[in-house]
This record gives sequence, structure tokens and C-alpha cells, in this order.
Amino acid sequence: MARIGVFVCWCGSNIAETVEVSKVAEVSKSIPGVVYSVDYKYMCSDPGQELVKNAIKEYKLTGVVVASCSPRMHEKTFRKAALEAGLNPYMLEMANIREQCSWVHNNMDEGTQKSIDLVRMMVEKVKRNKPLDDISIPVTKKAMVIGGGVTGIQAALDIASGGIPVVLVEKESSIGGKMSALDETFPTLDCSQCILTPKMVEVAQHPLVQIISYAEIEKLEGFVGNFKATIRKKARYVDVDACTGCGTCWQKCPVKVDSEFEQGLGKRKAIFIPFPQAIPSRPRIDAENCLKLTKDRCGICEKVCPTKAIHYDDKDEFMEVEVGAIVVATGYKIMPVSAFPEYGGGQYPDVVTSLQFERMVCASGPTLGDLKRPSDGKLPETVVFVKCVGSRDPEHYHSYCSKICCMYVAKQTMLYRHKVHHGNCYVFYIDVRSNGKNYEEFVRRAQEQEGAQYIRGRVSSIYKDGDDMVVEGADTLTNSQIKVKCDLVVLATAMEAPDGIKQLAQKLGIGYDQHGFLTEAHPKLRPVETATAGIFLAGCALSPRDIPDSVSEGSAAAAKVLGLLSKDTLDKEGVVAIVNELTCVGCQNCIRVCPYNAIELKDICNRQGELQRQVAHVNPGLCTGCGTCTPSCPSRSIELQGFRDTELYAEINALAEL
Amino acid sequence: MSENWEPKIITFVCNWCTYAGADLAGTSRFKYASNIRIIKTPCSGRIDPMFIVSAFEKGADAVLISGCHPGDCHYNEGNYNARRKFTMMKRLLDTLGVDTRRVVFAWCSASEGIKFSRLVNEVTESIKKLGPYTDYHSLNQEER
Ligand SMILES: Cc1cc2nc3c(=O)[nH]c(=O)nc-3n(C[C@H](O)[C@H](O)[C@H](O)COP(=O)(O)OP(=O)(O)OC[C@H]3O[C@@H](n4cnc5c(N)ncnc54)[C@H](O)[C@@H]3O)c2cc1C
Ligand code: SF4
Ligand code: SF4
Repeated sequence: MARIGVFVCWCGSNIAETVEVSKVAEVSKSIPGVVYSVDYKYMCSDPGQELVKNAIKEYKLTGVVVASCSPRMHEKTFRKAALEAGLNPYMLEMANIREQCSWVHNNMDEGTQKSIDLVRMMVEKVKRNKPLDDISIPVTKKAMVIGGGVTGIQAALDIASGGIPVVLVEKESSIGGKMSALDETFPTLDCSQCILTPKMVEVAQHPLVQIISYAEIEKLEGFVGNFKATIRKKARYVDVDACTGCGTCWQKCPVKVDSEFEQGLGKRKAIFIPFPQAIPSRPRIDAENCLKLTKDRCGICEKVCPTKAIHYDDKDEFMEVEVGAIVVATGYKIMPVSAFPEYGGGQYPDVVTSLQFERMVCASGPTLGDLKRPSDGKLPETVVFVKCVGSRDPEHYHSYCSKICCMYVAKQTMLYRHKVHHGNCYVFYIDVRSNGKNYEEFVRRAQEQEGAQYIRGRVSSIYKDGDDMVVEGADTLTNSQIKVKCDLVVLATAMEAPDGIKQLAQKLGIGYDQHGFLTEAHPKLRPVETATAGIFLAGCALSPRDIPDSVSEGSAAAAKVLGLLSKDTLDKEGVVAIVNELTCVGCQNCIRVCPYNAIELKDICNRQGELQRQVAHVNPGLCTGCGTCTPSCPSRSIELQGFRDTELYAEINALAEL
Repeated sequence: MSENWEPKIITFVCNWCTYAGADLAGTSRFKYASNIRIIKTPCSGRIDPMFIVSAFEKGADAVLISGCHPGDCHYNEGNYNARRKFTMMKRLLDTLGVDTRRVVFAWCSASEGIKFSRLVNEVTESIKKLGPYTDYHSLNQEER
């Protein structure tokens, strides 16, 4: 038999002024199951809580209703008191007679009557409540960072500095990401390599960081605190432990192909490191172009390698790591010029992307910083930059703004003028967006002191006229058609989600938007979390952003990981869904609607181990207690604890007597 | 209809947005009609269409359902589900002959205390005009 106690609070005069508290307490006594009721001036005060605790013990209460303020204020307080008196905290409910009665109604009769109703509803609910246990899940104190650009490096460093070991998985043979290919960086014009290389070295030398390069995620199992990742280490044909990075092999290799790192403007060998500062500084063989691997000829690298590190029979290898949390920092790619035939992209070598331009002016680039245009090596006397190529163009390409092109184009005009003092440079733009610290000043400097000429308007076509390139467009400020002859055209092409990102997102069970950028759990309040607990996001994997933002997010994600892994167990309330395996028909409705992928199918076998049927099973580590599954179940087999059907119908039914 | 008849309005709200919005109406002392009785669920996704039918059976004259604005949901997708589900539910209720003017769906955030109080007043007023709802109530009596 239920033995319920009702505790009505005055909240000084806050409640007592418009609610006849003594009457509420008195009438409550007549509700079936109520064995004790009392009103008191401040129920949340120490003596008030003592009153509750003593009554629980004295009257052997099985449930408690506190009629007072909002549960959002004091539910924790009173549930803790209940626990201290030996009552399961979930057997205490609150009737909100302050925010929902005394403060919003003027009439004493109405306020009192409504308070009685609210108490009756909660009494009926608490009579049906079940004691719940909080859930405690052990966590693996190790993290994985996917993507070794500046964002991933920052995240790995911060996590490791917090004492948690990190596995850093990078798709390419070196960490560094796009930043390693940049020349100088806005808004301070410091050299990208000079600020990135020390970080790369630091992360590589950190005793708690293990870098696994030229590798990708094959599979992810488990859940928050308890993930098991399978990593595919792609065949490199070089034993990274034996190799000393001496470089003899790539000096001797006879095959030359376009270098991806140099954006096709320079060459690399078939055995190569992508750039001199690569970490790890161990080469890999490009199997598609290696003569030995394609035609069984050559074999020079094996012969010249002093440490016998070359193995032509190398295979992909798989390794498993157990981690408690994951940061995804897979960055971006930029659209190639060939995506824009209307601008002569792919047709004319002197139409290049902004990333190619970075390599053309970079001292470590293919021309060692001597600016030469690709077609004939001529010094470009006039350069046209075109912004928003592929961005902000929902009809043809992407609807979004790539956010940082305004800034790097301003930067590139300066880099250009620093190389070619007498050169002319023009920028076709729609808007100039420069809303970061010192950004507006930076753009103004490009325009006012460094001579960049900004033309507001879209470019209609780019073509060749003799030796020159011609850019035609509209100047929307003077309302005139404009034609600029130049030597080089730089397209600020859109930043896009990198290749393979959807497949990765599906393996990890995280969301992505229509553009392929990964989706945060809440755009404002949970910007570096995903909807899957324990998996975090940072940097350009979310959408285009610059280095300061990327690095901040790397640190933010690291803080989240450290917070999660700072305890030995993950503790959460017992408000999770539970399946009745006897009645579940395995229809999977709940699996489809659960926003957190917390439900999976579970095999039910007989004693001989033969599969009988499959039922839904909720992983309490993933369940957030939203209850979306409960109404979706045709056989009423999945119930959110604390908000079960019987409990909520009891509240509705209580109204019949009102 | 008796002279001093007052409508009974049962309200289902999610914990994170509308319940908090109602709390804010309280802390801001925005007065509203006392005809509503709130039942809290964690997310509007938890609200079962059968709750609505049941509320009518138990004598409600109207049912008000309110959750977070789509996209603001604490549980990110829960209320998209709710929106889809309730569109279908409303159609279903309509075919069943339920007076769907008495089922009100609204989005109300934690910061919209004033919106909540106005909402309650508006719904109360419109139901007062419609009068008591007994169709389902009598069904319930017969069953008994
Ligand atoms: C032309 C140009 C100029 C720029 N100039 C500036 C500037 O001056 N100042 C500034 O602040 N910003 C500048 N930026 C922006 C800057 O490049 C980015 O903000 C920064 O590189 C983002 O770092 P990230 O680590 O998020 O992404 P990335 O640098 O793209 O790194 C992502 C890493 O993840 C790896 N990866 C991808 N997919 C996988 C996978 N499935 N598994 C494992 N690893 C994977 C990639 O190989 C890469 O190493 C510029 C950008 C461009 C295009
Ligand atoms: S309560 Fe929500 S999170 Fe938990 S299993 Fe059900 S739908 Fe998924
Ligand atoms: S919806 Fe119900 S019956 Fe269907 S799988 Fe889920 S728990 Fe089982």
C-alpha cells in the first residue's frame, strides 16, 4: 500500500498570499494513499527538510509530494533529503504551486483549487512511481583525435597535457593539414610553417600522444566512455620504425608525379614525404605510380635504403584501440579550378586556386617563392582575385559563405605586392566580411596602404587574349561593365567538406548537413559536441573557419574530453528507457525514432544457443531520457523510466475527479 | 451550459522549453487564466497522441501541447518528430470526429514567459466561446 506524505510550502508569503496553504494540506489528506500532510513556512530551509525527513521515517512514507516552487528550483534539494531519510529519490515529486499558481493567479479560491489539483496529480503519479537507481558506467581514460591538421594537433596537445593519452589518426602520411601549405597568415602575416612546425614537433614528442599516420577509421563500436575503434593503417611499403628518414630513397627514385601538397604546381617522387617538415618524417610509396609495384621494375629504393626499411609486399594492417572519447577534426578541402569551366578553370594554367597561389608565393614552394605564372614562368604584373567562387551561389554551387576568403584574399594581395612592388592587383567581390579581431583594419590596410583595388561585382567570364588573361564582369557600384587584362587569375574557391567525410560520419554515427559538414549537437550551446555522447567536433570539419577559430575549438573539444574522462565512471540519472523483452516484437520503430541511436537489436537465443527472435535493447550509456521511443512502440514495450505510461496517465486520470 | 462553467484545459509541455517558459511567466508575475493544468514530460517527443484522447475522456474541454521551437530542442531531434507526429495526429483526430479546434499546438521557449501567458489566455477565451466538450466525456461514462 502506498503511504504518501504531502508537504505544502508557504514560501513565506509568496505562495501563502494567493493560496490557502492550510486548506491544501487539509484537503490532501482525503486523497487516497495520503497518510500525512503538513504545511510549513519554508520547506526548503533546513528545518523544512528535517520535517520531510522525519515524516518519511516516522510515517514510513513510500512517496512524497512537495507542493512548493518549480522542480527546476528545488527538486534536487528535496530528492537529496529523501535519500538521506532512506527513501529512493525518484519517489519524490513536486507540485509547482508557486510559478504555476500563486504567482500567476490573483484569486485565492482559484489558486487554492488549482494547487489542490496539482497536488492530486502528483500524488497519483508518485503512487505509481518506481524506485530508480542512478547509472554508473566505467570509462576508458584514453582519447582519439581524428585528423591531424592544426585543429587536431591542438586538441591532442591539450588532452595530453591534461594527462590523458591520445591516439592521433591522420589520413595522410604527415600531420599538419592545410596550414602546412600556407605562406603567411592573416591578420599578423606570420609565416605559417614557423608557427605550425613547433606544434607538430611538440605533439610528436609528447609522451602521451601516439600518432598513427596514413591511416583511417575502419569501424567504431561501443558508446561514450567505452569506444572500440578499428584503425586501418594503409600499406606504406616503408617500415617506419626501421626508416631513419635519411632521404636517399626519394633522391634516387626515378618517377616524378604532380605533388598534391604543391597543388599540382610542383613534382614529387613515387616514394616521398609530402613536404620537408613532414611528421612523421618517414616516406611512403605511392603504389599507383611506383614502377616496382605497377610493373615489377626498378626496385631502386629497396637497393639504396641503408636500413632495409622498404617492403614491397606491405599490406594494410588493422589495429584496435579502446578510447573513452573522440574528437573529429577532419578539416576541409577547396574546390579545384576545374569545377569552374566558365572561368576557364582547368583550361588555362594561369587560372589558379587561392591555395595554389599560397604555394606560388611561399618560400618553400615549387619556385622557392619566386612568383612565376604557371604557363610561361613570367612574373605577373597584374593579378585579378575573384572572391566567392562557388560560395554564396545557391543556384549553381554552394549556398554558404566560405567565411575566410575575404581575409585571405586581402592577405594574398599584400603578399603579392610585397613581391611585386609595382604590380597591380584587383579584387572582384560581393561583400567584404572582416569581422574578427583586427580583421577590418587588416583589409583596410590592403586597400588603403597596399594598393589593392576592390571592384564590387560578379565576374561573368574569364578568357585568354594572346598572352593575357581577360576578366570580364560588372562593377555594380558604378553600374558599368568592366574588363581587366591581367597575367594571372586567382579564384577564391569554396571550402568544402573533405572526401570520405560522410562515410566517416556514418561509421561514427554522427550527423552531417546537406553540404557534408559535421553537425553540432546544438549550434549555440553545444558547438563542439555531436548528438552522440562522447564524440566531439572542432575546426573546419564543422564549416569553414580560420586558424584562430579552429584552434579555439580544438581546445574547447579537448576541455570537453578532459571533463568527461576526469572521472572513473560516468554517472547519470536513472531516467532512461527500458524494453520489456517479453512483449517487444522487434519492429524497430523505436530504433528509427531515437534521436541518439541509443537502441539496437538484441538476439534472444534458447538454451541451445539458437536464435529465437530479436528485441530492442537500450544502451543506458547513450539514452538521454527524451522518451521519444515510448509513444512509437505499437506493443507498449519500451518505457521511459520516471515518465512511464502508467505514471503519466495517472496524472491525466487525476483530473477526472477535478 | 451552467452559468459559471469554466473550461478545463490540460496542457502537455516539455521540461526544457515550455515548462521553463511557464516558470518564467511565474517569476515575471504575468497573470493568466487558471484553467490549465500542466503535465510535464521530458521532451515533446514523449507526448503520446493517446494522451490527448484520454484527456478528453477524462473531461478536458481542450488540450494544449507545447514544446521547444523546432530546432531548439534540448534533445535536438525529438520535437521534429513531435511536429510530424502531431500533424498526423491532428488529421487522425479530425477523421475520428474530434473537434480539432480544441487541440492546440504551440511552440514556446524558455524565454517566452509572456508568450506562454498570452497563449493560455487566448486558448481559454476561445474554448469559452466553444463551450463544454462532452463527446468524449460521455464515451468515458458509457465505458464505465
Ligand atoms: C588559400 C587559403 C588561405 C588561408 N589562409 C589563412 C590565414 O592566413 N589565416 C588563417 O587563420 N586561416 C587561413 N586559412 C584557413 C586555414 O587553412 C584553416 O582554418 C585551418 O587549416 C583549419 O584546420 P583544420 O585542422 O580544421 O583542417 P585541415 O587543415 O583541413 O586539417 C584536417 C586534417 O584532417 C585530415 N583528415 C581528413 N579526413 C580524414 C579522415 N577521414 N581520417 C583521418 N584524417 C582525416 C586531413 O588530412 C588533414 O590533415 C586559409 C585557407 C585557405 C584555403
Ligand atoms: S528515451 Fe530517447 S534517447 Fe532514450 S532510448 Fe528512448 S528515444 Fe532514445
Ligand atoms: S518499438 Fe516496441 S516492439 Fe518495436 S522494437 Fe521497439 S520496443 Fe520492440
